[in-house]
Amino acid sequence: MGDWRTITVPIPSSESKNISQFTSEANMSPSNLYSQQILCASLPLAKNVHNFFRAFCTEENVDQSISYLDQEQLETSRREMIGLQERDRQLQGKNRNLHQLLKNEKDEVQKLQNIISSRATQYNHDMKRKEREYNKLKERLHQLVMNKKDKKTAMDILNCVGRADGKRGAWRTGKTEARNEEEMYKILLSDYEQRQKQILLENAELKKVLQQMKKEMISLLTPQKQKPKEKAEDSSGTVLSDVEEDTSELSKENMWELSCETVREQLTNSIRKQWRILKSHVEKLDNQVSRVHLRGFKDEEVISRQDHEQETEKLELEIQQCKEMIQTQQQLLQQFTACDDDTSSLLQDCYLLEEKERLEEEWALFKEQKKNFDKERRSFTEAAIRLGLERQAFEEDRAGWLKQQFLTMTSFDHKNSENGKPQSAFSESSDQDNLTLHSEPSVCTSKITKSLPASPSTSELFQTVQHISENRKTRNIHQSTKFAW
Amino acid sequence: MNFSEVFKLSNQLSKFSPNGKFLASCVQYRLVVRDVSTLQVLQLYTCLDQIQHLEWSADSLFILCAMYKRGLVQVWSLEQPEWHCKIDEGSAGLVASCWSPDGRHILNTTEFHLRITVWSLCTKSVSYIKYPKACQQGISFTKDGRYMALAERRDCKDFISLFVCSDWQLLRHFDTDTQDLAGIEWAPNGCVLAAWDSCLEYKVLLYSLDGRLLSTYSAYEWSLGIKTIAWSPSSQFLAIGSYDEKVRILNHVTWKMITDFGHTTTINNPKIVVYKETEKSQNLEMENLPFPPTKAAASSLFNTESKYEVVSTPVSLQTSKPVTDRPNPKIGIGILAFSPDNCFLATRNDNIPNAVWIWDIQKLKLFVVLEHLSAVRSFQWDPQQARLAMCTGRSQVYLWSRAGCVAVQVPVEGDFQVLSLCWHLSGESMALLSKDQLCLCYLENEGVK
Repeated sequence: MGDWRTITVPIPSSESKNISQFTSEANMSPSNLYSQQILCASLPLAKNVHNFFRAFCTEENVDQSISYLDQEQLETSRREMIGLQERDRQLQGKNRNLHQLLKNEKDEVQKLQNIISSRATQYNHDMKRKEREYNKLKERLHQLVMNKKDKKTAMDILNCVGRADGKRGAWRTGKTEARNEEEMYKILLSDYEQRQKQILLENAELKKVLQQMKKEMISLLTPQKQKPKEKAEDSSGTVLSDVEEDTSELSKENMWELSCETVREQLTNSIRKQWRILKSHVEKLDNQVSRVHLRGFKDEEVISRQDHEQETEKLELEIQQCKEMIQTQQQLLQQFTACDDDTSSLLQDCYLLEEKERLEEEWALFKEQKKNFDKERRSFTEAAIRLGLERQAFEEDRAGWLKQQFLTMTSFDHKNSENGKPQSAFSESSDQDNLTLHSEPSVCTSKITKSLPASPSTSELFQTVQHISENRKTRNIHQSTKFAW
Repeated sequence: MNFSEVFKLSNQLSKFSPNGKFLASCVQYRLVVRDVSTLQVLQLYTCLDQIQHLEWSADSLFILCAMYKRGLVQVWSLEQPEWHCKIDEGSAGLVASCWSPDGRHILNTTEFHLRITVWSLCTKSVSYIKYPKACQQGISFTKDGRYMALAERRDCKDFISLFVCSDWQLLRHFDTDTQDLAGIEWAPNGCVLAAWDSCLEYKVLLYSLDGRLLSTYSAYEWSLGIKTIAWSPSSQFLAIGSYDEKVRILNHVTWKMITDFGHTTTINNPKIVVYKETEKSQNLEMENLPFPPTKAAASSLFNTESKYEVVSTPVSLQTSKPVTDRPNPKIGIGILAFSPDNCFLATRNDNIPNAVWIWDIQKLKLFVVLEHLSAVRSFQWDPQQARLAMCTGRSQVYLWSRAGCVAVQVPVEGDFQVLSLCWHLSGESMALLSKDQLCLCYLENEGVK
């Protein structure tokens, strides 16, 4: 609730408004006021209500009395009070101003008095001095009058000195006077001529500067012609015409170096024109800038502003989307990283297991392949051994058969014709055998090489087969040699 | 810097010859002429009475000695020491005496300014000029010595007469619109004459050589007006120092004020360099002081050396409040001097008597302020360069140039209070004058621009 400072219940008059001349400085809570507003009647109070109020309003039930106040009247009274306060302030201000004025006037009066007094002292002093001089004069005059036979003013000089310039002194005549006048005027004239030269130089420099300025201003303004502004078109038009005028002027000026009134006026006028145009242009720009800062603007700006706004909206959307994406990603990441240690380790294990399994599979595959390769190798080596053995056996058989044949051939030496064919047949067959033998290992080798291209065992195999075939060859050779003789 | 020995002097009368070779000084009624480089006494003349005024002729051949009490002027020749000339004004009396620019005529102003007598040394003839004005600066010669302007007053009205110095012909005679003409001065170019009214009225009149009024300038009325005036060496500017503590600069084209320099008691602008003279601390050995104290010891006690120190702004200067109910108050611009290269103007505001203000004329701004411990008595620019020499009555001479400033103690036994100074025309040496002594100071110009 509030603090009460003063409570004065007004003496009621016939006016119902006076009820509001109730001065109190109560700070009431808004809720309280509201409730009170609800409670209070909006009807104007009658006289009897005043009396009733007077009787009614004591310190204890001030709150209740307030509820009976008419809010409207309170408002009007408040307004009146504010008005009166304002007037009071104004009057105080006026009072202060008047005081200040009074003070200024007093100061000035004091100053003037000081001046007057100092002047007066100076006057008095001068007057006194004059009086003293006057007195001295009087005395001296008196003396002179008394001493007529006083020392005469005289110059006592040993000998006359020659003139400084060595010439003889001349009598003062009319001629000399005229000459002096002439000389004086000559001096003055030369001084004026010198000054005029200086001024001309300055003038020329200033003119140059002005023309330069004008050119620069024109160059500044002509690019504006491209913008569709009504006034600018006019100005550019005038600019162009000015440029034409001015260039002709310029050329004129440069040629003749005129400094007459009209040329000067033209130059200054054209510069003023340009300057005005430039100024108006700058002012326009300023206005535009200020308008852009505020609310209202031209049609062109509307579009650009709208575009601008759209662009900004788009960008904002984009930003929003990106943000959302980042958020979701963050969430996901968090999901991953936000689990307990067990699950994470488990997850990790799962990954490892997966990999392990994959690796094991591959390993198994590899092992299988290896096994297959080994099997094949073994089978091949076995085959090669078998083949070797068979060949050995075959060779032995052949050797035996050949022996037998030989033996039979020798026994049949008598019967050469019959053995001729078998010999040749035998040689043929031996050749064939050789051939076949040659071909076999090659076939074998080719077979072998075809099936197992690159395993080391294969190469070993090949070597052994070669060796065997070489043995066979040698044997054959031996045998053949045997047979040859 | 070298200092010569001290010579006797009376009335602070010591002048360099216009050709810079000789130095004339007065001791009571003797005139001593020395050679500037050796300081040897070349001539010694004896006058009839105490000399009040000393002046060299323009060709450095003659010296004029005026004795006002006796009404005598004696002229001495340097070339011929035995030559003598004595001019006796007799009952007319003598208040002022000066040479004409040709060095052959002497203008004596008689007592009460009754007349000016023009004595010719060539022809022994005499001319009279009536009604000269008794004012601060009533006679002015043009720089080339052709013309003389004279202020006159007849029937309570002021006039100016222009004379041709060669034959003393009256060229022009015109009245001036002044209440009480206080002074006239030719511009260095000899074509414009400035005339100003007394301090009761602020008015400057500018006349052309042929007597036409070119322009009038008045800054304000009622308050005390012009105190000093100075032309710039190029005749471009006329500086007017007034009692309102301001210097107004007029330009020679329009004769209108282009700016005014105010002399305030506080300096706030940080761009202005303020030098303050501060005393060097001395180590006094109290035990070894002799009793009774010798003169040297006493002077060394009281003559503390000082030096310049740069003080940062804001600076508040020492002012002396003038007594307003006395005439000729010590307020306003008392001394004005342009530097020979037109770049600077040095001023003294009489109610800030310790400070010398140096204004940059090219920028029309305050450049430097030098504040001293005692009141500045006089200052003078070096005739060859922008170097200012100042004295304040202490036994030091102060120098300022663009390169810096320095306070130099005059190394003389005893007390040497520098009351005024005077530059040699070459700018290589300077005469320092005290009440009864003269000392020459030689400057080495190698290091100074």
